[in-house]
Amino acid sequence: MSTLTTPPVLEARNITKIFPGVIANEDVNLVLHKGEILALLGENGAGKSTLMNIIFGLYHPTHGEIFVNGRPVVMKSPRDAIALGIGMVHQHFQLVPVMTVTDNIMLGDESVKNGLLDRRAVAERIRALSRKYGLEVDPDAIVEDLPVGVRQRVEILKALYRNAKILILDEPTAVLTPQEIEGLFEVMETLRRQGESIIFITHKLKEVLRIADRIMVLRNGRVVGVADPRTATQQQLASMMVGREVILTVDKGPAHPGETVLEVEGLCATSDLGEPALRNVSFQVRAGEILGVAGVQGNGQTELVEVITGLRRADAGHVRIKGVDMTNASPRRITHEGRSSHVPEDRHAYGMVDSYTVADNLVLNQYYLPPFAKGVTIQEAAIAAHARELVKKFDVRTPSIYTPGGSLSGGNQQKMVVAREFSRPIQLLIAAQPTRGIDVGSIEFIHNQIVAKRDEGVAVLLVSAELDEIMALSDRIAVMYKGEIIDVVDRADATREGLGLLMAGVKHEAVR
Amino acid sequence: MQRTLRVTSYIAIALVIFFVVMAFLVNLTPLGENTWLRVFFSVSALNFTLRASVPLILGALCGILCERTGIINIGIEGMMLAGAFAAFVAKTSTNHWPLMPSLLFGVAIALLVGGLMGLLHAIFSIRYRMDQIISGTVLIILAGGVSAYLFDRNAVAQGKFGAIAIPGLSQIPVLGEVLFTNPPLTYTALILVVVIHIGLFYTRWGLRSRACGEHPRAADTVGVNVNRFRYMNTVLGGMLAGLAGGFLVLEAVGQFQEGMTAGRGFISLAAMIFGNWMPFGAMGAALLFGYTQALQNELLLAGVTTVPRQFVSMIPYVVTIVAVSGFVGRVRPPAAEGKVYETEGESE
Amino acid sequence: MRLSILRRIGYMVLIPILAVFSALLLGAIVMWIFGDDPLAAYRGLWTGAFGSPRAWSTTIRKMTPLILTGLSVAVAFKAGLFNIGASGQFLIGSVCSVAVGVNFEGLPAFVHLPLALLAGVAGGVLWGFIPGALKVFTGAHEVIVTIMLNYVASLFAAWTVYAGGTQGQTPGPLWDRTAGAISRTPEVFMSARLPWIVPEPYRIHWGVAIALLVALIMWWILFKTTLGFSTRTVGANSKAARYAGINVRWITILTMMIAGGLAGLAGAIETLGLNHRFAPEFTGGVGFQGITVALLGQTNPIGVVLAAFLLGALEAGAARMQFDSGVAADIIQVIQALVLAFVAAPLIIRQIYRIRKPSDQVETTVFSTGWGR
Repeated sequence: MSTLTTPPVLEARNITKIFPGVIANEDVNLVLHKGEILALLGENGAGKSTLMNIIFGLYHPTHGEIFVNGRPVVMKSPRDAIALGIGMVHQHFQLVPVMTVTDNIMLGDESVKNGLLDRRAVAERIRALSRKYGLEVDPDAIVEDLPVGVRQRVEILKALYRNAKILILDEPTAVLTPQEIEGLFEVMETLRRQGESIIFITHKLKEVLRIADRIMVLRNGRVVGVADPRTATQQQLASMMVGREVILTVDKGPAHPGETVLEVEGLCATSDLGEPALRNVSFQVRAGEILGVAGVQGNGQTELVEVITGLRRADAGHVRIKGVDMTNASPRRITHEGRSSHVPEDRHAYGMVDSYTVADNLVLNQYYLPPFAKGVTIQEAAIAAHARELVKKFDVRTPSIYTPGGSLSGGNQQKMVVAREFSRPIQLLIAAQPTRGIDVGSIEFIHNQIVAKRDEGVAVLLVSAELDEIMALSDRIAVMYKGEIIDVVDRADATREGLGLLMAGVKHEAVR
Repeated sequence: MQRTLRVTSYIAIALVIFFVVMAFLVNLTPLGENTWLRVFFSVSALNFTLRASVPLILGALCGILCERTGIINIGIEGMMLAGAFAAFVAKTSTNHWPLMPSLLFGVAIALLVGGLMGLLHAIFSIRYRMDQIISGTVLIILAGGVSAYLFDRNAVAQGKFGAIAIPGLSQIPVLGEVLFTNPPLTYTALILVVVIHIGLFYTRWGLRSRACGEHPRAADTVGVNVNRFRYMNTVLGGMLAGLAGGFLVLEAVGQFQEGMTAGRGFISLAAMIFGNWMPFGAMGAALLFGYTQALQNELLLAGVTTVPRQFVSMIPYVVTIVAVSGFVGRVRPPAAEGKVYETEGESE
Repeated sequence: MRLSILRRIGYMVLIPILAVFSALLLGAIVMWIFGDDPLAAYRGLWTGAFGSPRAWSTTIRKMTPLILTGLSVAVAFKAGLFNIGASGQFLIGSVCSVAVGVNFEGLPAFVHLPLALLAGVAGGVLWGFIPGALKVFTGAHEVIVTIMLNYVASLFAAWTVYAGGTQGQTPGPLWDRTAGAISRTPEVFMSARLPWIVPEPYRIHWGVAIALLVALIMWWILFKTTLGFSTRTVGANSKAARYAGINVRWITILTMMIAGGLAGLAGAIETLGLNHRFAPEFTGGVGFQGITVALLGQTNPIGVVLAAFLLGALEAGAARMQFDSGVAADIIQVIQALVLAFVAAPLIIRQIYRIRKPSDQVETTVFSTGWGR
C-alpha cells in the first residue's frame, strides 16, 4: 500500500496540546498513507477529537509539527486545512438545519455569478459527485427533513466538494444502525479505491477490525500502541484502550420478574417540531427486570422517556405505575407518588444545575421534602450531611460538596446524578443513555448499580443508543423505529443482526 | 413553515389591494365625506403611515442584520437615539453650509455614530461576552445619558429634507402622492429593504451571515470567521439604526428632543419578530405599526374626543404586545442568536 | 472546605467595587474631554451626597425607591427573567396608591395607610402578572412586553391625572379640580401618608425602613426557603427545574408578580412618603435604574441595598454637582451606564486589573437566548 518513494499524505510529529489544567495530547506521532484507512481507537476523553481538531486547524498544537505530502504546514483555521485537502466529518454534524443541501455544501466555498450565488452550478456538481462515489442525495432538500444517514452523506459530500484527499471521520457510526454502518463501510471502501485516505475515529472494537488497514490506540492523550487488524483481537485492543483488563460483559444472574410496575398502553405524542414522535406504544416492565429500549437515536426514545416522566404531554394512551394512572401527571407526582427515579439522557440540560453546588444538586428533586426542608425553610445541615454520605457511597470525586456541579468531570457529574436517583427507595428506574460520554471506570460502576437495582426488585427501563449496553444489561429488549415499538424480544433470543434489522424497521417475520 | 409563509403573503397582498382600492375610493369619490373613512384611508393618513414607518423599517432591518448573524440587539433604541443626536449636532454645526451638503453631512455623521454604537455592542457581546440583552440596555442608557449631557438646548437645526417627486410616477392619482412624492431617506429605506433581502438570500455574504446565526460551528468548520461576520453585521446594523435616528432629525422633525425615539427602537424589534426576520415581512409589520400611529394622529386631527388621547396613543404599544404574543410561537428565530461563539476548547 | 466559597464571595464583591471605580474614572475622562472640570464635579457630588446631614438625608431618600426597584429586577433575574418593566410597575403602583390615598376620607391611619400601600403593591403585581402570563402562555418575551407596558403605564398614569383639553376632552378621574389647567392629583389625606422618621427639613420617612425590611425578607425567601430554591433553579436551568418537578410556569408568573409588586411598592412609598401626590412629571426612571442596582448588587438582596445606597448617593449629589461646578447633572446617567457595562462584563474588569476568576466559578444568568419559547 505505502511505497518508500512517496511521502505519507499526512504526518503529525510530536504533537502536544495543553489546555488550562489538562494535557489533551502528549507527544503524539501519526502517519497516514495514500489509499489507507487508519483507525484511531480510544475511549472518551482519550484525546482523539483534540488530535483531529488540531489536524483540521480548529486547535493549534502547543508543540509539534504537521506535514502534508512531506511538506511542513501550519494551519491557522479550518480554511487552511481545507486548502490542503483535509476534510472532516464531525461527530455532531456541522450542517445548518434550515438550509438546503446545496447551500450547506457550498457554504464557505461558494460559486458566485454576477455577484449572486450560482446555486444551479453547485447542484450540478453535487449530483456528479453523488454518482461518482455512490452517495445519493437530493441537492434541493432541506437538511432538517433528511434522515441521519443521509445527513452523514451530505457531510462526506461537503468534504469531497472541497476536493478533500484526506478524510477524517469522527465517530461516524455512533448514530447509525448496523445496516447503515455496513453501507458506510462500503462507501469508505469506494473512497479508498478512488485513492482517498481516511482517518476513522471510533471506540468500537468490532468496527475497527472490520474496516481498518491499521489501528492506532490512544489513551490519556498518548499513543499506547499500533496494531494490525489481521492479527489483533478485541481483548487485546480493549486492554490497550483502557490500560487494564476490562470485563466486556456485566456480571448478572437471571432475572426474577415480579408484578408489573410500569404499564404503557397505546401511547402517542408529538415531537418539538410538531410531528408524531410516538405511535401507539405499548409495553410493560415488571419488578426485578430490565427492559432495554434499543433503536437509532431520534426514533422516539427521547419522547417516550419524557412522556413517562411527565416532561412531555401524551396525546393519547395511558401510563400506569403499579396500576395508578399517571398519564400526563406532573413530574413531581410521578417521582414522589410513583416512587420512580429518572436518569435523564442529557444531564446538562435536565439532570443537574451547573452553577449549583454538589450538595444542592444532590437534593434537586427532594429539596422540598423532610429532612431537607422543614415547612418552607431549607435545612442546610441535613442537605450537607446527605451530600457527604452520597459522595462517599457513590465515589463522586469532588474537591468539596460545595463545589459547583458544573466543574466536575463528566463521569463524576453522571455519578452525582446516579447517586441522587439511586439513593432513594424506588420501585421504578428510568435510565436514559446512562453512560453517554463518560469514562470506562464510571461506565462499569453505573452498570453494576443498575443491575443491583434490578436485583433489589426495581423495575428498570433502560434506553440506550449503544447496542452493546442494551445487550449487556437487558433481560428483554424492545426496539423502537419511527415512534413505534417494532418488536420486543427476550435477551436470550436476541442477536446483533436481528436487532439491527429491527432498528432499520425490518420486522423478523418479513425476513424469515 | 413554508405554508404559513405563503398564507401570510396572500393575506399581505389582499390587504395591500384592499387599501389601494379604499384609498382610491375615499380620496377620489364622494365617499371621502365620511369622517371615519377619511381617518382610515385619506392620503394624509397613508402618507403619515409611511413616514411613521421609515424609522421602524430601518430599525427592523438593523435588528435583522444583527440577529441573522446571531447577535440579539435590544439596543436599537439607543443606536437610533445616538444617530438622531449625532445628526442634530452635525446639522447645527454646519447650519452655515448650503442646505443639502449640511443635511448630507448630518446623514453621514448619523451613520458613523450608529456604526460606532454597533461596534460597541459587538465588542461588549463578542469580545467581553456580556449578556447581549444587558449590553443593549447599556447602549440605551448610555445614548440617553450622553445625548442629554451634551445637548445644547439653545441650538436650532435649520432646514430639513424636502420631498422629491419622481417624474411621471408622482402624477398617478393617490398612489403618486403617497408613494412617489417623498423625501430621500424614505426612498432609501424602501430600497434598502430590497437590497438587504437580496443580500441575505442570494449572495455569499448573506449565506455566510445566516449560517453564523443558525449554526456558527458549522460555519467555522468550513472556514467562515464567525465573529468577523458578527462584528461586521452588527456595525452595519448600527449604521441603519443611526440612519433611522438621522431620519427623525433631518427628515421628519427637523430638531432633536431628549428621548425623541420614544420606543421606536423597541417597536422595530417587534416588527422584526412579527416579520419573521425577513426584510419584507418586517417592512409589512412596520407599516402596520406606522398605520396605528397614523390613526392616532388622524383621530386627533379629526377632533374625535370620545376616546381620551392617551388611550389612542397606547395603540401602537398595545398592538406590539398583541403581535408579539400572537406570533412568537409561529415564527422561528435564528437558532444560535444570543449565544457567544468560541472555537471549542479555546476559551480565555 | 468552605474556602472556595469565601473566594467566590470575595470575587463577587471585588468586581462591583472596581466597576464603580472604573466608571467614575471614565466619567471623569468624558467630562475632561468636553471641557468640564471633573475634580470640581466630583467634589460637588461628594458634598451633595455626604457633605452635611441634609446631604445624607437626600442620599437616603434617593436610595429608598432604588432598593425596591433594584430588588424587583434582581428577583426576576434570579428566575432567569429580565424585568425592564420596573418603571411601568412603579408608575402603576404610584397611581393606585394615590387613588386610595385621595379617597376614603376619615379612615383611621392604621387602615388607610396599609390599604394605600397595598393598592400600590396590587397595581404593580398586576403589571408584572401580564408579562409573566404572556410569556408562559404565548411565549412572548418579557423584555418586549415589559417595555411596551412601560409606555402604556406612563400614558395611563398621565390620563388619570389629565386636566382635560381645550377641545372639551374630559379630565382624568384623579385630576385635582382645584389645579386649573395643571395635570396632577390632589394631595393624599394625612391618614394615608407615611410618617416621618426625621421630619423637615430632613424629610426621611418610614419608607426606608420598609425597603430595608423587604430586602431582608427577600434575602430570606431566596436563599432559605423552598420557594427560593425553586425560583433560583428555574433561573439557573429551567429544564432541570421541570425535571425536578418544579412548576416552571407558575414560578415564572409568580416571580414576575413579586417583581411587579416590589416596584409597585416603590411607587407607593415614593408617593405616600414623599410627593404626597402624583403628577405626570414623576417618571419611572428609578425603575430603569433598578437594572443597574440589581446587577451592581450581583442580584443579591444585600448587595442590592449597598448598590442602591451608592446610586442614591450619585443621584443625591447630582444637583449640587451641577450647581457647584456647572457640569450637567446628566453626566450621572452616563456614569451609571458605565457602571452597568463594567459590572455586566466582569471580563473587562478582570482584564484591566488582571484578576483571575476563581477556577470553579460558574457564570450564570443568560437571558439572551432568543425571542422564542
